[in-house]
Amino acid sequence: MRDPLSKTIKGIKPSGIRKFFDIASEMKDVISLGVGEPDFDTPWHIRDEGIYSLERGRTFYTSNTGLKELRTEINNYLTRRIGVSYDPDKEIMVTVGGSEGIDIAMRAMLDPGDEVLIPQPSYVSYEPCCVLAGGKPVIINLKEENEFRLTAAELEEAITDKTKLLVLPFPNNPTGAIMERSDLEAIAAVIEKHDLYVISDEIYSELSYKGDHVSITQLPGMRERTVLINGFSKAYAMTGWRLGYACASEIILKQMLKIHQFAIMCAPTTSQYAAVEALKNGDEDVAQMRDAYNQRRRFLMERFKEMGLQCFEPYGAFYVFPCIKEFGLSSDDFAMRFVKEEHVAVVPGTAFGDCGEGYLRISYAYSIEALKAALERMEKFLKKLRG
Amino acid sequence: MLREEILKNIERDSRVDVHELAVRLGAADAEVINAMKEMEDEGIICGYHTMIDWEKTSMESVTALIEVRCTLQRGQGFDRIAERIYMYPEVKSVYLISGGYDLRVTLEGKSIKEVSSFVSDKLSTLENVLSTATHFILKKYKDHGTIMAKKSPDERQVITP
Repeated sequence: MRDPLSKTIKGIKPSGIRKFFDIASEMKDVISLGVGEPDFDTPWHIRDEGIYSLERGRTFYTSNTGLKELRTEINNYLTRRIGVSYDPDKEIMVTVGGSEGIDIAMRAMLDPGDEVLIPQPSYVSYEPCCVLAGGKPVIINLKEENEFRLTAAELEEAITDKTKLLVLPFPNNPTGAIMERSDLEAIAAVIEKHDLYVISDEIYSELSYKGDHVSITQLPGMRERTVLINGFSKAYAMTGWRLGYACASEIILKQMLKIHQFAIMCAPTTSQYAAVEALKNGDEDVAQMRDAYNQRRRFLMERFKEMGLQCFEPYGAFYVFPCIKEFGLSSDDFAMRFVKEEHVAVVPGTAFGDCGEGYLRISYAYSIEALKAALERMEKFLKKLRG
Repeated sequence: MLREEILKNIERDSRVDVHELAVRLGAADAEVINAMKEMEDEGIICGYHTMIDWEKTSMESVTALIEVRCTLQRGQGFDRIAERIYMYPEVKSVYLISGGYDLRVTLEGKSIKEVSSFVSDKLSTLENVLSTATHFILKKYKDHGTIMAKKSPDERQVITP
């Protein structure tokens, strides 16, 4: 028989976290710090709107771009939070999670051989999505000494005459790094100079602990060059609802919408009704969850300090990214021994790019009690390793 | 601001370690200790109680909510009659209520009989009490913001990107 598979898909590596998942899900008393989603339930009033929409029989497709009411609320929200507005009719589309937005933005913008700059460590989907869209991923290795922020020099160095797109993943999963206004201003100049476009994945924008999140779209000239990706998963604890959105100039969005139209039709209707409620009346919930995450973040940093574990202070998302180079183990070996010997599951930094070697991603989307218990095991494990 | 942050946290967990609370709020230990002391002195923090689901213990107990309608005496308002009621140790709470009745009294006793006799002997006989209506609590679903049912376990996948 002929090989049923495409060379492209065979060339894509499966996600590196699978083997930890298999081990951890077998164990009974495992404490996982490996989850990339909120521990909170979706606030009840939001769930209630979803239920109500089902009761009312709103079980049909919406328009391809999503409910008009939701797009209007997205625009209100963005205007309120970052002071940037988008035309709900032409510049906003509702997607199946932020991940769909990333995928279709790349497919709409890339020709074969176009280079896409992907700063790493970062979320696992950018590189494969780029490859599937026919682009060529060019990795920028971010450094701890810069708090894993992208610098203008790093960006400049990676640009060739084939470079078309930059993925900007901040606040960042897995490092928790953020980009402040001055950081963004520095790279905006380079973006402008080389006439690049940007996919700004701001899914963690509400989880920023050092002043309000700054979006690159707020800087002069950047809105037109940027596809802004955001969604409901992290801010409103709505991961399972699979709902996000993309905002861009009409020229780009129109083409993204074609792919969405043929591949997806529309995002889940129930989720869209719930999301309207989230945007209308959810600001207080977001603030409460942000406060809770921030308390855990400070608690973790203090405990790492007590253990003598090196970790730069991250100001975003719900991850910390401690350095484990002192133990002379690879991230993979460290994480494997940690789960086998102490039954604590963490994700090796290398799952998010080769430059994550020597680091671990630890999620604090857990109750303080769970974090305490896990950190006690960690303290014991570090003592053992240090002999 | 720090005060409100402290209150929100200890309202949920009054046993939280002061040092840990200070770390979580990004404040110094002394700031938290002082703020708590001040709020105790000012009567903002009125106590550090424990939430107990007595139903799960072997202690027999009955809780009743009693609606009380009163007449007022000139110049005394409700404070006097409220005091006559709240001084009884078996009375757990007394609220002045807007609407169809005046005071809502929470009463705890060992049995229905004990509660009934409190109402008929002590409460109804008070000079200014016009009438009472007693409602026994059959089941507590949620109290002080805490849901009594057992929390469902973490159903998230153990590791996700």
